[in-house]
Amino acid sequence: MAETSDMQHNTRPKGWYARNEIAITPWLFLIPAMIMFTLYVVWPIGQSFYISMFKWDGLGPISETGEYVGLAHYERLLTRDKAFTVSLWNNAKWLVFYLLAIPGGLFIALFLNQTVGGIRLYKSLFFFPFVISQIVVGLVFTWFYDPTFGLFNGIIGVFGFNPVNVLGDPKLATYGIIAAGLWPQTAYCMILYLTGLNAVDPEQIEAARLDGAKGLKMLWFVILPQLRPAMFIAFVVTIIGALRSFDLISIMTNGGPFGSTRVLSFYMFEKSLSEYGFKMGYGAAIAVILFLIMLLFIGYFLFRMYQDEREAR
Amino acid sequence: MFPKPIEKSSRSTQLTYQALLPVALLLWLAPLIAVALFAIRPSVDFTVGNYWGMPSSFEFFENFAQVFNSSMPRYILNSFMITIPTVIGAVALSAMAGFALGVYKFKANLLLFFMFIAGNFVPFQILMVPVRDLTLDMGLYNTKTGLILFHVAFQTGFCTLFMRNFIKALPFELIEAARVEGIREWQIFWYVVLPLMKPALAALSVLIFTFIWNDYFWAIVLTQGENAQPVTAGITSFNAQFRAMYHLMSAGSLVAALPPVAMFFLMQKHFIAGLTLGAVK
Repeated sequence: MAETSDMQHNTRPKGWYARNEIAITPWLFLIPAMIMFTLYVVWPIGQSFYISMFKWDGLGPISETGEYVGLAHYERLLTRDKAFTVSLWNNAKWLVFYLLAIPGGLFIALFLNQTVGGIRLYKSLFFFPFVISQIVVGLVFTWFYDPTFGLFNGIIGVFGFNPVNVLGDPKLATYGIIAAGLWPQTAYCMILYLTGLNAVDPEQIEAARLDGAKGLKMLWFVILPQLRPAMFIAFVVTIIGALRSFDLISIMTNGGPFGSTRVLSFYMFEKSLSEYGFKMGYGAAIAVILFLIMLLFIGYFLFRMYQDEREAR
Repeated sequence: MFPKPIEKSSRSTQLTYQALLPVALLLWLAPLIAVALFAIRPSVDFTVGNYWGMPSSFEFFENFAQVFNSSMPRYILNSFMITIPTVIGAVALSAMAGFALGVYKFKANLLLFFMFIAGNFVPFQILMVPVRDLTLDMGLYNTKTGLILFHVAFQTGFCTLFMRNFIKALPFELIEAARVEGIREWQIFWYVVLPLMKPALAALSVLIFTFIWNDYFWAIVLTQGENAQPVTAGITSFNAQFRAMYHLMSAGSLVAALPPVAMFFLMQKHFIAGLTLGAVK
């Protein structure tokens, strides 16, 4: 039945749509996604650049209540704002130390890449921290570090250290939060590597074994090159995650003590929407700087993906 | 297989490994286990400082009953009412967009594809002020709809990346064969491609469910108060209400974390396929 009606389609004189079907269909399918994405992602990026040049409290339209200040916000950020410098510096710490999730995840993946009974359950349970929200991770670690009852001080006490109030110490707090962030991120990297290890070519391993490679040498020269796709994704998600860190800081220290754990994303939020008043323009300027930093990485990632695309053809 | 399969090592190595596994797991999950142990204690244990000793009584049911008597169920319900429509919306939009980008050759194809990927990586803060403004203008501030619309739009970036790569990997001959049969293009989507996309749809649904459930930033930017806030934002007011009552705060956190965890354990295979972006097979 369906076939005969389709046959009639073909013999009927074709309308404009039918003649251009292959050219038009993709656009029809793209329109809903493009409208939403433009409205909520592409256009707002441009708007943020614009807003960053105004002094604006977000009440009423910017054309009426905003005051044009040009690049003054950027000038102040880059020359006179100490809190901004602290945030930027903390972002750098996040970037560097968050990357520990990559070797950490690889280590756990190698440890778990066996076939003993119940290993599947172990893998899932090791992955567990990634599934729970960062808010809960933040709470869990706040209690973990608690100076009166936290497990952390109990553990270091066993080794003879005096109790430390990690989150109350401006010098330590950021590292404490990064460690909390590493917990789910390492789990994420682990699962990437486990999937990657699954796909490693067993024949190559056998061949390398016959040639006498084993241990670290095998890992470095035979396994890691084959893990490159997994490594790349781990790198991408970890860098993006480091620069996006917000939830943990907000829950664990709320930027304190004395603003020592602020990062750009948190500082931006604080300036725009907190009890200190709505400085939307200044906030937008911070966001633009964070965006430009991220753009360096995004550009690199896209370049790599573009090369893969070209190879795929 | 690397490292060398443990079965090929000596009996003692095997036993050591088997013993090491649970120890390592216990250490890895220690912070979480500590919270779970708090959740079964009575409040009196915290006032007398009995944090790690034997609980003076076992109050698991009592504590969780209290959590369910607070505003927590309301927040959980909100979370579901935000998460489920978002999953449906984002998966639907991206299945269509992914089909367009994965099947057709046209000039702007790669450019659009990379726009979706790039958008997916931008920091939330660059969108915050304009999106909040837009939501206010539409009268959707502090509504679930406002939050859903944003989430759908933003997640479409990631989902399109995933869908497009999945569709691109399907055998193109299927589509050509369908065309030869004279089937309409939209019918190719509906009858040929969509049925083959079931694994991708499942993977994305689980993953987006978890992402949206765990979102905190947009929840506090676009909503406030009990009638619209999801549980991630609600838990801070819950904790403010039960300040220093660690048994209740712990129980509350566990409840808030549960749905994505359940989702993960039920749909593990799909979840992991989604996480690796389909790039690592």
